[in-house]
Amino acid sequence: MPETVVAGTAAGSAPGGRGNRGGLLGGRIRLARLRDLALVPAIIVIAIVGQIVNPVFLQTDNLINVLQTMSEMALLVLAQTLILIVKKMDLSLESTMGLAPGVAAWLVVPAGPGHGLGLLPGAWSVPVALAVGVAIGAINALFIIRFGLNGFIVTLGMLIVLRGILTGISGGQTFFQLPPSMLYLGTTQWFGMPASIWICLLLFAVAIVVLGWTSFGRSLYAIGGNIDAAKAAGIRTDRVLSIVIITGSLLAALAGLMLSGRLASVASAQGNGYIFTVFAAAVIGGVSLNGGKGTMFGAFTGILLLFMIQNVLTLAGVPAQWIQALNGSIILIALITSRITGGKAQE
Amino acid sequence: MRDMGTAPPVAEATGVTKRFGSTVALDQAKIAVMPGETHALVGRNGAGKSTLVAILTGLAAPDEGTVSFGGRPAPRLTERNAWRRRVACVYQKSTIIPELTVAENLFLNRYDRGRGGLISWRTLRRKARELLETWSVDVDVQAAAGDLNVEQRQFVEIARALSFGARFVILDEPTAQLDAAAISRLFDRVRDLQQQGVTFLYISHHLPEIYDICGTVTVFRDARHILTAPVAGLSRAELVAAMTGEAALAGQHARGAPAPADEAVALGVERLALAGAYQDVSLQVRAGEIVGLAGAANSGRTEVAESVAGLRAADTGTVTIGGRRPHPGSVPAALAAGVGFVPQDRHHQGFVPEMSIADNGTLTIPERLGRFGFIGKAQRDELALSMIENLAIKTPGPGLPVSGLSGGNQQKVVMARALANDPRLLVLINPTAGVDVRSKEFLLGKVGEAAGSGTGVLIASDELDDLRMCDRVLVMFQGRMTAEMAGDWNDHELVAAMEGVDLDA
Repeated sequence: MPETVVAGTAAGSAPGGRGNRGGLLGGRIRLARLRDLALVPAIIVIAIVGQIVNPVFLQTDNLINVLQTMSEMALLVLAQTLILIVKKMDLSLESTMGLAPGVAAWLVVPAGPGHGLGLLPGAWSVPVALAVGVAIGAINALFIIRFGLNGFIVTLGMLIVLRGILTGISGGQTFFQLPPSMLYLGTTQWFGMPASIWICLLLFAVAIVVLGWTSFGRSLYAIGGNIDAAKAAGIRTDRVLSIVIITGSLLAALAGLMLSGRLASVASAQGNGYIFTVFAAAVIGGVSLNGGKGTMFGAFTGILLLFMIQNVLTLAGVPAQWIQALNGSIILIALITSRITGGKAQE
Repeated sequence: MRDMGTAPPVAEATGVTKRFGSTVALDQAKIAVMPGETHALVGRNGAGKSTLVAILTGLAAPDEGTVSFGGRPAPRLTERNAWRRRVACVYQKSTIIPELTVAENLFLNRYDRGRGGLISWRTLRRKARELLETWSVDVDVQAAAGDLNVEQRQFVEIARALSFGARFVILDEPTAQLDAAAISRLFDRVRDLQQQGVTFLYISHHLPEIYDICGTVTVFRDARHILTAPVAGLSRAELVAAMTGEAALAGQHARGAPAPADEAVALGVERLALAGAYQDVSLQVRAGEIVGLAGAANSGRTEVAESVAGLRAADTGTVTIGGRRPHPGSVPAALAAGVGFVPQDRHHQGFVPEMSIADNGTLTIPERLGRFGFIGKAQRDELALSMIENLAIKTPGPGLPVSGLSGGNQQKVVMARALANDPRLLVLINPTAGVDVRSKEFLLGKVGEAAGSGTGVLIASDELDDLRMCDRVLVMFQGRMTAEMAGDWNDHELVAAMEGVDLDA
């Protein structure tokens, strides 16, 4: 998207002389932009349908509610998008999202009904959770980049191991009585909106800028598109790949903190099953599983669309037992639609 | 050797030796490329050309010997930017990133920063346009690089190479995927650039091109430097002799008596048409006859051959193979009717690189390897060994992955597979593309043998050497059959017909 947005302004302000090519350029830009904004019409349609189904839909409270419930998973989508662009994948994000706050809670929650050990003061919870995220990312990077193991299998293994560790330290129970520092991100309001929404939007904005306008961001596309060419262009591919994988896990840890804060607990199943929706949102949003293609804005519209549909279904009174089946169908329909509009096979 | 008064060579390697394990890739090899010349580097597969390119571009360090640019020693291997200012290489394999725009590919990882350290796309695009204009490359900088054709891609890569400041460019088999018109445009470009002071090292299997564009030629054989000489003073026979180490095979393509006209028809094609590819194509190949299907890259010849082999289904018309009419567009049906097929691009359709020679060679004949869908290892290896022997494939054994073979030997595996089911009809598309001189002779010899034993052969190619052995050549131009030539055509006539030029007009 950055390319295309800037292209728009550039073409608009370009001096004459190139007028003969303006039409062509303009056409190309509009086309490129369209691809990026492919989901916007769908989002508008859902908003209208939602409003018809139930006038509550477009009320601020409801919209904030949608944004807040999606904020944690949206961060996973952000992380996964970065990783997919470099042509890797990380399935373990959903377990990281549970384990990182889980370890923090285990260490700081006092022994007793809260199931903790009470080894550290409450203020340590946030740094501990983030450090766990970084550590998990570093392990993934070590396996995938340094030892050259297959990322899908490595992170599948990690997904199971990390989930198992969380179940182990929690005894399959839920940590609660969390310290205030852990509740902060999930409960505080900034300027009339929950902090988690702000964090989510801010991080997406940062990611859009980094991916579109920094050489680091562009190197992600180069690596995902043709890693040999990226190497030949002097990009330190291993370093970039490691940074991306570690950042992904760190973001998952942050998402975990936000979710635990909002729910005021860490369940041993926290994040379980999220990764499927995360992949679906990224692919619907135009991110290629083959690397090198996709934008952060597209990924954001992908997850937004999924949550809006879910919200509309709930407001329409669809029984909760059916939501999951409908969710799956929506993912498939969205994929088919983007295949038709995108014109190219999704691999 | 050279006059002391002239400028030092743009690039020079002397006494270079490189070993990979027990194999010696280069043995005291040398090359000196003088400023402003276009210098050809030829040699059979395995002669050490790729290793020399890797050493000249700083991707590998020689075990012995020195490399210098303009008389000064080469930079250290880690200084990529210093290397890029001295030498650039346009590889056969693309080094562009298809998802990114042309502009971004040109300035990958050396972006212009604008406000706040962010990339200024406007400046980038402007610089890209200027760069392409400087070297007269007519490509839209905002197009996705993946949408460029091979020719445009090469021009963009050359422009990118020059933008680093390098005035010495290595072209590695640049014409392998181009049609005749694009090749001539590439050569015009090379000559233009040469006049602007760019020096080229030109690597090719295609000897006529070397006479066309190069001033000097260096021949490598078996990891050694054999000769360096002006192209003008070197006959084609001498050049081939230097490459193969033997006297040129005179009269190499002369074939015995053409197949008698009363032989059974191996292939009959009636009024075949496929929208966007070819129209109204009719032809016949008799048993034991070799028929050429000539034409430029977009003439439709490849599509016709692929329709015969079942890779494509024609819209109308019929294909009859040995009296049977296989279901159109079905490869299994064509195989069952007795077609042996060498596809256009061996990397793409020819073989599975990580599978062994034995597996690749027998992919089309699983029914002969065992019953009920099980594959008998012993039978497979026995068949593979006979293929290896029959086609003289250079390999330690049938278990070696095909990716470990040289280009010529890979093509032999593909040919072995085409011959594996004792075909009634052999369909070959560019059977010797990217193959060294010796393997080429060998492959074409095998085709002749097959024809001699009664197989009908259809060769779809624009390579004159492939067509020389044909009993007659059918020429296609823009999707139509435009000419038919008996075996005694001369190069002139055929090329003119392929290009749609009328010599008599």
